[in-house]
Amino acid sequence: MSEPFLVGENLTGGYGSADILHGCTIAVDKGEIAVIVGPNGAGKSTAMKALFGMLVLRKGGVRLEGRSIDELSPSQRVMNGMGFVPQTSNVFPSMTVEENLEMGAFIRRDDCNDTMTEVFDLFPILKEKRKQPAGQLSGGQRQQVAVGRALMTRPKALMLDEPTAGVSPIVMDELFDRIIEVAAMGIPILMVEQNARQALAIADHGYVLVQGRNAFSGSGAALLADDEVRKSFLGG
Amino acid sequence: MDWLNALIVLANFVVVPALTYGSQLALGALGVTLVYGILRFSNFAHGDTMAFGTMATILATWALQSLGMSFGALPTALLALPFGIIGTALYLLATDRLIYRFYRRQRAKPIVLVIVSAGVMFFTNGLVRFIIGPGDRNFADGERFIVTAREFKEMTGLSEGLAIKTTQGITVLTAIVVVALLFWFLNRTRTGKSLRAYSDNEDLALLSGIDPERVVIVTWLIVAALATIAGTLYGLDKTFKPFIYFQLLLPLFAAAVIGGLGNPLGAIVGGFIVAFAEVTVTYAWKKVLGYTLPDDIVPSGLVQLLSTDYKVAVSFSILVLVLLFRPTGLFRGQSL
Repeated sequence: MSEPFLVGENLTGGYGSADILHGCTIAVDKGEIAVIVGPNGAGKSTAMKALFGMLVLRKGGVRLEGRSIDELSPSQRVMNGMGFVPQTSNVFPSMTVEENLEMGAFIRRDDCNDTMTEVFDLFPILKEKRKQPAGQLSGGQRQQVAVGRALMTRPKALMLDEPTAGVSPIVMDELFDRIIEVAAMGIPILMVEQNARQALAIADHGYVLVQGRNAFSGSGAALLADDEVRKSFLGG
Repeated sequence: MDWLNALIVLANFVVVPALTYGSQLALGALGVTLVYGILRFSNFAHGDTMAFGTMATILATWALQSLGMSFGALPTALLALPFGIIGTALYLLATDRLIYRFYRRQRAKPIVLVIVSAGVMFFTNGLVRFIIGPGDRNFADGERFIVTAREFKEMTGLSEGLAIKTTQGITVLTAIVVVALLFWFLNRTRTGKSLRAYSDNEDLALLSGIDPERVVIVTWLIVAALATIAGTLYGLDKTFKPFIYFQLLLPLFAAAVIGGLGNPLGAIVGGFIVAFAEVTVTYAWKKVLGYTLPDDIVPSGLVQLLSTDYKVAVSFSILVLVLLFRPTGLFRGQSL
């Protein structure tokens, strides 16, 4: 079996002296959607930060396309093709939608208009609102700006930290549809989600984290079918 | 005719001086607000940065004059401005490299940087007085007036005159050009947008690959240009005395806070509000009232609300009122 596109293996570490992650392993391959779910405080977002180099790891490491990227800073990881959408403050509020996308493409020296057209095709509402400051948009639209901004670098892998936090169920379904479309473009997607049931339904791979450890992992459908997972995390 | 005369008196003693002073404050407050928005601290050294910039420009002016160069009807200092800006930029970059960068790497709290900037302020203040001396320096040359009061009276036949000094005209024109350039830079260029992005959301700017050190350098360069131009215009219009620039700090901050710290448009509006407030409150209204009121109720006093010695109190009162009732300022900047 060849190595997945992005792997965080045996991740162990935390913010201070106490570890939050205890040897969890997360991987995502091309064209796949991997979802991290789990109870509050399980270290979901922390695992995401670890993959993106925003956390000092005591053990374990991260590999992108088979190469170790442990030495790279977060912005160097962006240069190497990783895109990250943080959970909160993920847009430039006083700048217009168009400027937000331009800033997403800041590291690119070439013409980014094609990518912007692609993003507008994916999120038509953004084209309509492109002259509006991002801070004035609704929560769902802002999340679209955030994802669009990350897509502007043409990332080789996209990481989303709770993309549907605080949006209505209808908007959530809509966002998930868009995320599936992005994955279909061949970009591996790794996301952390609170809405475990819906997220696992679209996931090729699911990871259930408990206290910084992999409690269960498998295909999304398998996890949804697993009695124990259902009982403990999905509310029966 | 009386109404017209009253308007002319008002224009001559209130509107023209306040527009001039307001333009100078607006340029200065822009520097304060940019540092606050992008580098995230209140730069107490800004008044003295203006003094440093003016000093550098004066030294360059003297050098040009000693080479026998002048700018015709315009002040030689305008020719010397680019040299002043370069000198100030080097000075600011040096303070950043030697002082601010250390605290930035420590991720020091903004209040720590404020205290640090107060230290830089005292140092700069001393350095400027050490180099050029504490006294008054008048460095304006060229034509003194665009229109003198007598010419105006002859032209219009009115009994009151309107004098417009060359420096007043230059100040307003320069301010318009500089502000237009600044807004073009911030809204239209890649680097300018990256500055706004960094000001909006520092972490996301890093995630987008914007280099923070480059943002910092560009910001200091712009601040150097703004401070030098503002200081030189103020010095040309009035006089250059290092200690006066130190005292400009209060109206500068009042202007930036009124507009909303971190908001460039707010800084400009704030500058004019402070200037008009200061000038109208300290102006003796007797003459204007003499033209407009019936003779029997014209007051015998000067009708000056506040002696000019207390003009600083005006900025201070405005500052306190804004912080009490609308801490984010008129244009919703960051709250203090």
